[in-house]
Amino acid sequence: MSAPVTTHVEEAPALTALRRKHLLGIADLTPEEISLILDTADAMKEVGERPIKKVPALRGKTVINLFFEPSTRTRTSFEIAEKRLSADTLNIAVASSSVVKGETLADTALNLEAMRPDMIVLRHSSSGACHLLSRICRSVIINAGDGMHEHPTQALLDAYTIRERKKRLAGLKVAIVGDLLHSRVLRSNIHLLTKMGSDVWVCGPPTLIPADVARFGVRATSAIDEAVAGADVIMLLRIQLERMEGAFFPSLREYFNVFGMTEARLRRAAADVIIMHPGPMNRGVEIASEVADGPYSVILDQVANGVAVRMAVLYLLSGGAGDEAAA
Amino acid sequence: MRRLLKGARVIDPVNGIDGPHDVLIDGERIARVGRDLPVDDAFVVEVPADLVICPGFIDMHVHLREPGQEHKETVATGTAAAVAGGFTAVACMPNTSPVNDNANVTGYILAKAAEANLARVFPIGAVSRGSKGELLADIAELKHAGCVAITDDGRPVATALLMRRAMEYAGMFGMPVIEHCEDPSLKGDAVAHEGYHAAALGLRGMPGACEALGVERGILLSELTGSAFHVAHMSARASLRAVRTGKESGVRVTCEVAPHHFTLTDESLGSPIPYDTNTKMNPPLREAADRDAMLSGIADGSVDAIATDHAPHHYDEKHVEFDRAPFGIVGLETAVPLSLDRLVHAGLIRLPRLVELLSVSPARILRVAGGSLSPGAPADITILAPDLKVRIDAAGLRSRSKNTPFDGWELRGGVAATIVGGRTLYVNPAAHVPDAL
Repeated sequence: MSAPVTTHVEEAPALTALRRKHLLGIADLTPEEISLILDTADAMKEVGERPIKKVPALRGKTVINLFFEPSTRTRTSFEIAEKRLSADTLNIAVASSSVVKGETLADTALNLEAMRPDMIVLRHSSSGACHLLSRICRSVIINAGDGMHEHPTQALLDAYTIRERKKRLAGLKVAIVGDLLHSRVLRSNIHLLTKMGSDVWVCGPPTLIPADVARFGVRATSAIDEAVAGADVIMLLRIQLERMEGAFFPSLREYFNVFGMTEARLRRAAADVIIMHPGPMNRGVEIASEVADGPYSVILDQVANGVAVRMAVLYLLSGGAGDEAAA
Repeated sequence: MRRLLKGARVIDPVNGIDGPHDVLIDGERIARVGRDLPVDDAFVVEVPADLVICPGFIDMHVHLREPGQEHKETVATGTAAAVAGGFTAVACMPNTSPVNDNANVTGYILAKAAEANLARVFPIGAVSRGSKGELLADIAELKHAGCVAITDDGRPVATALLMRRAMEYAGMFGMPVIEHCEDPSLKGDAVAHEGYHAAALGLRGMPGACEALGVERGILLSELTGSAFHVAHMSARASLRAVRTGKESGVRVTCEVAPHHFTLTDESLGSPIPYDTNTKMNPPLREAADRDAMLSGIADGSVDAIATDHAPHHYDEKHVEFDRAPFGIVGLETAVPLSLDRLVHAGLIRLPRLVELLSVSPARILRVAGGSLSPGAPADITILAPDLKVRIDAAGLRSRSKNTPFDGWELRGGVAATIVGGRTLYVNPAAHVPDAL
């Protein structure tokens, strides 16, 4: 395939293709592959700034966005990315209620496969759903969030956003605060940032910190001031309102009082700290509005960069799928 | 007909026998075991010296699924799997559909077992009606119909009060209460052991304490009531600690460990096949420290029995997302090779101890015939080929279900033959078993 875009990075990436067929999680990626995706996203971002925001890289490719969970941001971002690469895209939103009485995930996937798509972008409430599909499908599987496991393109766009602002990932203190236990964004970010040499701190109430989290190579604390102190990046995770029922914490009010990101707490961070949030935000729970809307916030940059990063992933996996010869 | 098995090593711990002996079988029963027995009119079977004759193995924790879930297993397919796995008897759990909480279901299971005429079947009745945890089942009726123990397996007995009453009441018949030890609130909707691997894979975890709380409750109530309490499928090191303490205090507590819990750890959740639903069982595969504790309990005698928790599930039921798959794996046909390889050849225990774990103790705990080669005992015999190279082949299992994480495993040690009531019901074609057997 002739590359429709040119890269503008100083150093040529060590790799020119991903070493895998699917993107199931960041845990599988090497640092070189992560750099390749981020470098490729640079070029893709430039496409999005043109008057005509379209390149022919995925022309003739069919991409199915198969979403078993509600999603606005991620699904829209993937769809725009696919369209900018000239793929034929379709969106299938499956209400979880119809899955209960309907066919199995494997059958749904095999039926879609029979129509010969090239790629399936899957969002599913079960951890490992993408692994299941990758074992039974010919198509390239891209994980758009599986249960509490991973959300790799979110971590990639987060890294892209950090790199855009800080020009590096290595050596930065990144504090991730919120519901760590149930967060796929956390897991993907931990894998990515530790692979790239960041100093990762995670912070939340002990009830929401996963078992054995130190084995991920991060430092865990429930002292918010310790996590924030000197942080170059603060990433806030959504607190789901139903967690109170599991007795993970007493009330949203108390959560905000102990862990909510306020301007006062931010003063301990590095002077040029950036504030990130994967969305959707609960203002007044994990983040105060003045922080979300303040000068340190790069939350909307994350959304913007999501398109470029997903274009990069789609582009690299379409090239690495090995189906050129069949054409 | 009298048959004299000559030439093999015989291990019969109850009678203090370990060495080359002759075994004289008279019809359905053992007539004598001794050195150089007179042949008289017996038909002589020369057994190779590298085979080991043991009292029949008893798997005290099996789900035969019949009635109600015959797509997973039947009494016939389950007992065929049992004899192929070296088990001359199985005790089957009451969580069938309907639940084995009355004499009709017990009678149905026993009728199916008689029809299959393979391994012996010892039904276990429910503690509570429908295993709902509200009212006691008719335990005397179950006892008279043939049940050898009671349990609400699949779930714990709902309340401490019901457990106390069940122990007191079953104690009247000398029946042990077998408990699936678990605190339901700590389990929640967990699907794996709480630890690094579940965290990395984004799977909800249950800690070992979830099981140990149930063990502690049972031990306290066993102490209170004086009745026998048996811990099913023990997996957590905190549970083992509780059992050891209970035994030291004289409490009538016993426990079993499943081969998957002394072989695998939660690392298998992610490797070699990530989210393999054949690594999903309850209690879950636990961390290395727990697995090692199970091994140490097996070695030092704290663990009484090995039982498989044979839990067949149809391919369709397991071919789903990890969190939607049912818990459990089949175990009848993999237990002996895993035990020989991981326990005996690994140097942890010697063969006589393995016979205790698989035969003597289950018979003693359930108070059923078997567990020895004493004169007059049923001629239930398991013949081992301790050095046979075995390759587990899921597709070739006799069980109706093939849900095993051990497919393709190569292990040292297997079953040579299985004899139930004097009838040779299984001969391993790979072992050098004489045709005359």
